[in-house]
Amino acid sequence: MNEKKDYLLEVKNLRTSFFTSNGEVKAVNNVSFHVNRGEVVAIVGESGCGKSVTQMSIMQLVQSPPGKILGGEVNFNGKNLLKYGPNSKEMRSIRGNKIAMIFQEPMTALDPVMTIGAQLVEVIRTHRKVSKKEALVIAEKALDSVGIPDAKARLSNYPFEMSGGMRQRAMIATAVACESELLIADEPTTALDVTTQAQVMELLVDIVHKRNMSLIIVTHNLGVVNRYADRIYVMYAGHVVEQGTTEQILKHPNHPYTEGLLASVPKLEEEVGEKLVPIPGTPPNLTDIPDICPFIPRCRYACDKCRNSVMPPLERTGESGRYLACYVDIHADDVNEVKDNG
Amino acid sequence: MGKFILRRLGISLIIVFLVSLFAFSLMHILPGDPARLALGEEASEEDVQALREELNLDKPLPVQYWLWIKGLFTGDMGYSIIYNRSVKEMLTEKIPRTLSLGIPSLIISSVLGITFGVLSAIKRGKWIDQLITFLATLGAGTPVFWIGIILMYFFGVKLRILPISGWTSPAVDFTKYVRQALMPVFCLSLHLTASISRQTRANMLDVVNQDYIRTCRANGINERSVIFRHALRNTLIPIITIIALQIRQVIGGSLMVEQVFNIPGIGLMVKQGIMGRDYLVVQSSVLIISLVTTVCNVFVDILYGLVNPQIRKSWG
Ligand SMILES: Nc1ncnc2c1ncn2[C@@H]1O[C@H](COP(=O)(O)OP(=O)(O)OP(=O)(O)O)[C@@H](O)[C@H]1O
Ligand code: SF4
Ligand SMILES: [Mg+2]
Repeated sequence: MNEKKDYLLEVKNLRTSFFTSNGEVKAVNNVSFHVNRGEVVAIVGESGCGKSVTQMSIMQLVQSPPGKILGGEVNFNGKNLLKYGPNSKEMRSIRGNKIAMIFQEPMTALDPVMTIGAQLVEVIRTHRKVSKKEALVIAEKALDSVGIPDAKARLSNYPFEMSGGMRQRAMIATAVACESELLIADEPTTALDVTTQAQVMELLVDIVHKRNMSLIIVTHNLGVVNRYADRIYVMYAGHVVEQGTTEQILKHPNHPYTEGLLASVPKLEEEVGEKLVPIPGTPPNLTDIPDICPFIPRCRYACDKCRNSVMPPLERTGESGRYLACYVDIHADDVNEVKDNG
Repeated sequence: MGKFILRRLGISLIIVFLVSLFAFSLMHILPGDPARLALGEEASEEDVQALREELNLDKPLPVQYWLWIKGLFTGDMGYSIIYNRSVKEMLTEKIPRTLSLGIPSLIISSVLGITFGVLSAIKRGKWIDQLITFLATLGAGTPVFWIGIILMYFFGVKLRILPISGWTSPAVDFTKYVRQALMPVFCLSLHLTASISRQTRANMLDVVNQDYIRTCRANGINERSVIFRHALRNTLIPIITIIALQIRQVIGGSLMVEQVFNIPGIGLMVKQGIMGRDYLVVQSSVLIISLVTTVCNVFVDILYGLVNPQIRKSWG
């Protein structure tokens, strides 16, 4: 109970679906997770497993129709945001202010016909009662703090006059300007070249640590996770299937999917040359998905119990802070492993 | 920017030159002898020949072309062989009449088209969107000539609430001008409104799905600003070009509408000019029309550049 008060963000049993002509796509299926103050939390999982929809649900920005948040809680600073409507004043005063979001595609994420300065000023003045002049000063400082050289001149630049890395920095500057408490970065560096990726990641984490912000980082890049994240949530087919500290998860994966994910990564801690073992099979179609473990078709450990039971709940394991949604102990000596089902 | 405008003007000059060649050739290739037509069947061959010489019709074509162009540069557009009036005088009289219908149509269709398009896009799938889409399809598919006659019959002949035809200068009697202009302007605006509305809707729907709109929402910007500051601005930039392209449609439409409603504008004049082989009237009017269109297009290109920062900045 005491622990709970400290959570900056606590998502509980979140369920979001898309109602399409083919049926209900259960994109987020009973997802629970939390973020502490000052913490960097990573969310990993294959493409289409519901990482982005989870983040968009927190912000209540899921496109509706076809999307709908069906249930759960999003407690931010102790208040359940889902109680406010998506278009409510309360929700708007959270977005871009208390919780800032950065997206994958910096090239298209800024309005092409407005200067960077005007866009920053607009956001600042949406959330702070300041004059245009004061807002410009805040904007300039923010640009400066994200390492954009000659910030004052940059204010009158249009997005097309900036590189991808610079634009992503400008996005981060919004969060700085509004002194956000939580930053959600959805694959913020995927679209950038490798050198810029590293720089932007460094900057992001640096800003977060310096300002005691929290960061949710959605990524495919386990190197980034290993380097910067305090804790990890592994998602599969709309579920969180495993959670723990970065060390716990990356060193000793307990879920068969996490194990596969790690095996399919080329290098972790620069272990070059290791053989890649992609996870066989494809992620399930989330349309009208039945309530059983969705990993069964691809799992080497799948047994009768798995096939005859409902989706395994995410449960606490022996290790502290560690949770798992799987019926099988893959590290047990007597585990019944199908060696080659690919 | 200067360089851009100069280049644009250069291209326009070439276009106007080509149009002048085209108009000239057409009028001189068409069968029929202007001099004979002007004097009538009964006139003697000598009289006709004399007129031909007077009009320089006996000279080789390149010389005739040169004489026409030379005249234009000295402000002399020649004489109408039917009306015996200077073409310049006729144009000065008729152009404002055509504009008095064309400009209101362009303004009305832009305002209505953009409003309907935006409304349709933000209410996508709702009944109002379906209604607008239906009306736009109907509007785009209705022949101007046909709707003109229907309107004329209904409002003019049956209900007798609007004058059937004619034109009055707004400076002379504004109310009468409006009453007479209502139906022609409606006809002229129909296709325009429909196409601007469709384009606006399509653009807006595209823009609303762009990442930067998502960014605005994720930054807590209120929906009104998202739509009117960000989405609308990005939607309207390409719409400016669409409207510019419609200027040609308005001119084409005027030809038809002036005929239906018997409006003595430039459209009717050109039509009568073609029938009567009044070649100087036709040539000069066509040239003036193309000049006006081209100037409008250059103007729109500049406007487009001014609202689009990427182009504006490239002008330096
Ligand atoms: N607008 C939508 N309509 C229908 N289904 C959708 C929509 N948006 C997302 N989905 C579905 O929701 C599921 C989760 O999508 P999401 O974008 O969260 O995946 P992701 O984990 O972020 O993947 P990626 O790594 O590719 O970004 C996907 O299966 C997708 O098909
Ligand atoms: S529950 Fe069974 S099928 Fe699902 S991941 Fe665990 S072992 Fe594999
Ligand atoms: Mg995603």
